[in-house]
Amino acid sequence: MKSIKTLFAGKKRDTVISFGIVILAFIIVQIMVATGNISSSLKGQLVPICAYVVMAVSLNFTVGILGELSLGHAGFMSVGAFAGIVATTSLADTIPFAPLRLAIAMVIGGICAAIAGVIIGIPVLRLKGDYLAIVTLAFGEIIKNIVNVLYIGQDGKGLHFSLLEQGFELEEGGKMIINGPMGVSGVAKISTFTSGVVLILITLFIILNLINSRTGRAVMAVRDNRIAAESIGIPVTRCRLLAFVISAAFAGMAGTLYAMNYSTVTATKFDFNTSILVLVFVVLGGLGNIWGSIIAAALLTILPELLRAMNDYRMLIYAILLIAMMIFNNSGIKTRLLEKRAAKKAQKAETAGKEGA
Amino acid sequence: MAMLEVTGLGISFGGLRAVDDLSMKIEKGGLVGLIGPNGAGKTTAFNMLTGVYRPTDGGIRLDGENLVGKKPYEINRMGVARTFQNIRLFPKLSVLDNVKAGLNNQVTYSLAESMLHLGSYRRKEKEMDEKALDILKVFELDQDADTTLASNLPYGKQRKLEIARALATNPKLLLLDEPAAGMNPNETEELMATIRLVREKYGVTILLIEHDMKLVQGICEYLYVLNFGKLLAEGTPKEVLNNPVVVKAYLGE
Amino acid sequence: MTFLSYLISGISLGSVYAIIALGYTMVYGIAKMLNFAHGDIIMVGGYISFCTTSYLGLSPFISVIFAIIVCTALGVLTEKLAYKPLRSAPSLAVLITAIGVSYFLQNAALLIWGSSPKTFTSVVGSWSVKLFGEQLTISGTALVTVLACFVIMAALTLFTSKTKMGTAMRAVSEDKGAAQLMGINVNTTISVTFAIGSGLAAIAGVLLCSAYPTLMPTTGSMPGIKAFTAAVFGGIGSIPGAMLGGILLGIIEIFAKAYISTQLSDAVVFAVLIVVLIVKPDGLLGKHVNEKV
Repeated sequence: MKSIKTLFAGKKRDTVISFGIVILAFIIVQIMVATGNISSSLKGQLVPICAYVVMAVSLNFTVGILGELSLGHAGFMSVGAFAGIVATTSLADTIPFAPLRLAIAMVIGGICAAIAGVIIGIPVLRLKGDYLAIVTLAFGEIIKNIVNVLYIGQDGKGLHFSLLEQGFELEEGGKMIINGPMGVSGVAKISTFTSGVVLILITLFIILNLINSRTGRAVMAVRDNRIAAESIGIPVTRCRLLAFVISAAFAGMAGTLYAMNYSTVTATKFDFNTSILVLVFVVLGGLGNIWGSIIAAALLTILPELLRAMNDYRMLIYAILLIAMMIFNNSGIKTRLLEKRAAKKAQKAETAGKEGA
Repeated sequence: MAMLEVTGLGISFGGLRAVDDLSMKIEKGGLVGLIGPNGAGKTTAFNMLTGVYRPTDGGIRLDGENLVGKKPYEINRMGVARTFQNIRLFPKLSVLDNVKAGLNNQVTYSLAESMLHLGSYRRKEKEMDEKALDILKVFELDQDADTTLASNLPYGKQRKLEIARALATNPKLLLLDEPAAGMNPNETEELMATIRLVREKYGVTILLIEHDMKLVQGICEYLYVLNFGKLLAEGTPKEVLNNPVVVKAYLGE
Repeated sequence: MTFLSYLISGISLGSVYAIIALGYTMVYGIAKMLNFAHGDIIMVGGYISFCTTSYLGLSPFISVIFAIIVCTALGVLTEKLAYKPLRSAPSLAVLITAIGVSYFLQNAALLIWGSSPKTFTSVVGSWSVKLFGEQLTISGTALVTVLACFVIMAALTLFTSKTKMGTAMRAVSEDKGAAQLMGINVNTTISVTFAIGSGLAAIAGVLLCSAYPTLMPTTGSMPGIKAFTAAVFGGIGSIPGAMLGGILLGIIEIFAKAYISTQLSDAVVFAVLIVVLIVKPDGLLGKHVNEKV
């Protein structure tokens, strides 16, 4: 009974832990930067880590709270990334103040990803289980393919779009923003670690609030038993779509953040492997466990860097660690160890009690 | 006018006629039983009343409003709540949250308030907590309601929680699908008292499916008997249970 | 004529997908897991065949046998080491483990064979059949691939319907617990399924590399995903479904490449999958299971 109690003292505790981890990590990194104790490779990873944390929290909302497996979450990241790039590039002259431009780009990226979420969610959410998963995978690949043949340029007349090949001529002084398979190059890198942390905090605030609200309760009710949820007046389809779209919107914002950290970005950056990577964070961090996702995303992004000394073997070791962790967490080894520890504790308490008597 | 009017209700699955020409009238405040041997079509009838299945023939009216073709969640909003034969709780939610999920349409606030926890969020959540605990108290489930997962409740309490959750949606008509299934005589006795109390306290009309004849005789005022999807008999429990046709259907020749 | 030759290359590519999809579908049917490492077994099969012919100078036919043996052993081994401890774990945990196995195989291949692509020589040889006064050329590889696919599908259908082990497989896929109570050794059955699936993957790998001769550590991933799509397309768990799905997918892909756009061919394939699943949520030949209320 006690373990359940601690779990549920939970609702508030989860919020406190989640925010605590992020703020603490932010302070530690700032100190490391100030004292020069940070490797350049880790420094380069700071913004991607933030983006992956937001991705993981967002995907956890779909997989852990809504209860549907998505294998194409990188697709939304891609939409957010390229929409954000178009936004910042075209707003470069109007809004010179970079943080504001980034914020606006994120909102636009989020909105575009949300629209993609509606378009994808309506057909996808009619399906169940593995079928739903495979269709999200399919949509992720479709988004990648379409962005890969997308040409967007800007000149005095405004924005020009075309698919498959560059179907427009730019005026003098105009420039290409997205150049088909070559992607985007020469973007102003305006994402910073601080902006990343701010995005994480906003994401956490909204997602955790949602989970502890009427809306979140309805979504989790649908997850636990769709038929029962409908029988108590919850419009299941609308509820699922809402959760899916919210999740997509945050993935879009993460995409904008991520893209603005690099000067060149291509569509292939956001492929099936990226979707899977984020899914690994979510599963290892624990389904529905938001702070678990944060830690898993941060650690697993740094891990290959830490294994750099192993050089060629690092991805192999990463794979072995991944398998080992899954087996350890799920095969009963963990429960047996925990039971042993509890038994030992009980024994100790007993002997202590006897000695006391 | 009767509160619930079912006329000539029928449904076919492929060639199988699961329910055929079922007509019922239930007055407001009534406590009515729907009985019959296994496979008689009782749960199928419930599924049609709550929109899970769409009937192939016939009509269902609640206070004069048509229910046929409506989605389950719309029917619930019109005032019909139910429990399930195989318990369907939200296992990973706490006992309290199961009931609060039932209050979803009773106490409402906007999506923005959900996201930001501003405006009426705090007040409305408190109101929900109070309402939910009030209902849980009736079923003696209010202890540790916020810290116990629904899946960790013992079987009998899970059945009660399902009724509590259904009541939270503020129904006019409550459909109970085998509420006493798997209970021992003491628990059944207790359940009968609770069902009576619920009817008085919430003024709700109740239609229940049950195999336990002691419960049916003890609390139902009127019975409908289904056999092979057809209405076999109806009347007061005494009339029905002494009806030779009914006895034959239950015991065979 | 060009239409016909596209159709033939479509059927040939589709046959490779079908062979992979058969493995996917059998493993899914029995272990209820999406084995994302299945595609990488294909790659291993390709490399083994490549090594035995190029380095050891053995005949192509023997190299195929070698590839089948190695992949079968590999499949059974990964099942024992990685998936068996997770028999009662949530399906998502098994999925992530399969992804770990996939990473492992790809990176092991990278270490052993390097990242530069190997040029594979067709095990079938370079002969071809010319029809309609030399207007239509069908490569030997294409012919053998299609033939192999039909033989395998027929053999599998016979195996699952006529043999004791096949019946055990169907029983385990319906209800693991009940099968165990009926005295079926569930673990052996699952091992055999993995063995068959991986052996098929080896054949698919050799045939795939014979038709598309670039061999890299990542060679198997995209065909793996597409074959999985094909299995879902045809109705996952169904042997004729996997076959039908695979061949249709191959034809759609080649036609999309020829008539729409090379870059968008994958998008077209996946779009067709989505449309099919929306119209028929259980795939073309899948069984529909209603939830009882």
